[in-house]
Amino acid sequence: MVQVVNNGVNVDALLAAREALKNAPAAGEFTWRASCKWLNGTHARSSVQGFRGLGEEQSHKSEFSFDTDHPEVFASEDKGATPVELVLVGLASCLTAGVAAVAQNRGIQLRSVEAKLEGKMNIAGILGIDGDVRNGYENIKVTFHVDADASKKDIEALVAQSQKRSAVFDIITNPTNVTVEVV
Amino acid sequence: MSRVLSEHCIDHVVLERGEVANSWRRERWDSLRLLTPNWLSRLPGYAYGGSDPDGFMNLAEVVSFIAGFAVETSAPVRTHTTVTSVNSIEGGYQVATERGEIRCRCLVLATGASNRARVPDLHRAVPQTVQCLTTFSYRNPDQLPSGGVLVVGAAATGVQLADEIHRSGRPVTLCVGEHVRLPRTYRGRDILWWMENSGVWNQSYDQIEDLERARRLPSPQLVGTPEHSTLELNTLSGAGIKIVGKLAAVRDGRALFSGGLANQFALADLKMERLLDTFDAWARDSDIDSEVGPVERFAPTRAPSSTRLSLDLRSGEIGAIVWATGYRPDYRWLNVSVINHKGELRHDGGVVSEAPGMYALGLPVLRRRKSTFINGAEADARDLARHLAGYLACDTDVPSVAIREL
Repeated sequence: MVQVVNNGVNVDALLAAREALKNAPAAGEFTWRASCKWLNGTHARSSVQGFRGLGEEQSHKSEFSFDTDHPEVFASEDKGATPVELVLVGLASCLTAGVAAVAQNRGIQLRSVEAKLEGKMNIAGILGIDGDVRNGYENIKVTFHVDADASKKDIEALVAQSQKRSAVFDIITNPTNVTVEVV
Repeated sequence: MSRVLSEHCIDHVVLERGEVANSWRRERWDSLRLLTPNWLSRLPGYAYGGSDPDGFMNLAEVVSFIAGFAVETSAPVRTHTTVTSVNSIEGGYQVATERGEIRCRCLVLATGASNRARVPDLHRAVPQTVQCLTTFSYRNPDQLPSGGVLVVGAAATGVQLADEIHRSGRPVTLCVGEHVRLPRTYRGRDILWWMENSGVWNQSYDQIEDLERARRLPSPQLVGTPEHSTLELNTLSGAGIKIVGKLAAVRDGRALFSGGLANQFALADLKMERLLDTFDAWARDSDIDSEVGPVERFAPTRAPSSTRLSLDLRSGEIGAIVWATGYRPDYRWLNVSVINHKGELRHDGGVVSEAPGMYALGLPVLRRRKSTFINGAEADARDLARHLAGYLACDTDVPSVAIREL
C-alpha cells in the first residue's frame, strides 16, 4: 500500500503556477502592502489586506492586524511584539512554510516542524550610544527540529532548499533599496 | 558537426570569424587548462594520442588538438568570415557575411553559450577608481594593479582566478553565491571518469527533472593541473583568500555581500554528497568496488561564524574587480525570432522547432549533461545530423515525434 504524502501543501498548483508564469513573466510581478497607525507611545497597529499580483488587485479573505509595542524594560506598555521580533516571525514562518512545500514536492511526510530563532542585537546602536554598533541584528540563528519520514541528510537538504527559495531569508541576508517619503 | 554531415554526404560549409579554435586562441586567460582529462578529449574518429592520457591540455594544446582535427577531416572551413546577419527566406536562410552572402536550407548554430561576459548590472555602481576586468579581458595577474582584488563568482573560472591572483601576492576576496563543489579525484579516479562511466554525464535532457535549472548551473569548481589537485573553498580560505557571500549590491561606493553564505555551502556540500552517493551505488551495482579506492567523504565547507557583509570600494583596499560571473551567448546577428526574453535560444534538444532547418550545438545540457564538453559534441552532432538529414530528405517539416526518437 502506497502511503500518500500530505503536508497540506498543494504542490501541483504551485508547479502549475510556475509553468504558467514562465510564459507570462509580467503576471509574476507582485506588490505587497501594509499600513500602520500610531496609537500611543510606542504602540502601533499595522494591518494587511490588499495586494497586487497575477496582473490584478487581490485581497486576503479578511484584514489581518498586528499590534507592536516595546516591553516594559524599554519603559513601554508592552501591548504587542517588538518590530524586531516580527522580523524573526517573518523569517521563521517563511522558512517553515518553505520546509512544508519542499517536503511535499519531495514526497516527504512531515510529523512536526519547530523552529527556534535568536537574533543578537546590541541596543547601543539604536540608543545612539556607539556609532560603530549597527542598529539591526548582528546575527540571527535559526534552529529547526523536524520530525519526518526521512534521513537526517534529507531533512538537512529540505531546510537548505527552504532557505534557498525563501523571500524573507533573501530580504534579510541581502540589501534592499528602501525609500521613505513624507506626503 | 561538419565531420558527421560529411558522413551523411551533406554538402556544407563551416563559417569561422577568425581562425579554427578562435575563442581558445583569443578569448581565454593564459593559464587555462581543460577541465577534462586528455583521454576524454574525443571527437568523431579523433582522440588524444599523447603520452599523458590523465593530464589536462593547456591552451596551446587545445588549439592544436582542434586545428589538427579540422585538417584531418578536411572540414570545409571558411576562416575570417564573420557572419553579420541571418534572415529567414523561403525554404531556408540567408546568411550575410563580411565576405558575401550564402543561402542555405539548414543552419547549425555552433557558436556556443560563451560569447560575451555576463556581468551583473550592479557593475555600473562600481567607483571609477577600481579597475574592472572580465574573463574575456583577464589574461594574467600582471595586468592587475598591486593591492587587493575582488573576484566575483565561484564557478570553475572564479576559483581558478582567485587562486592564481592570490599566488601573485595580491590579497583576494572571493564572492561566493550558488556553486557546484566537486573533488578532482574520487576513490582514486578522476571525477569525470565517474561522470562518464556511471552514465551521469550521458543523461539525456528529456530525462532531467528540472532541465532549466540544470542548464543554468554554474560550472563545477574544478581545475585541471598536473598535480590533479582539488580546488575547493576550504583550500582557498586555508591559503588566506577571504570568502564572502554573493555580491548583492554596490551602494554609495560600498560592495554589499549576502549574509546567506552558510546556506550556499550547505547546499553545495549536500549536492556533492548526493552525487557521490550515486557514484557509490553505481560502483556497487556494477561490481567494480574492488577496482576503485575505498569510499571517501570530504570535510564540509567551513562556514565562518560571521562573514564580512560590506567592503568600501573607495578605501583603496580593492584595486581591481574580476567579474567571473559567467558567460552568455550573442545572437545579435540572428534576425529570426527564436530568442527568449533572457536572450537565450528556444530549442528542443538542439532542434530549433520554430525555425525549421535550424539547429544548435554546444549549449549547456543541450541534449546531454556533457553537451558543452569536447567529448559531448559527437553524440549531439550525430543526433542532430540525423534529424537534419531527415529534414532535408522530406520537403515538409519533420514531424515533431521524430525529435523524440533521435
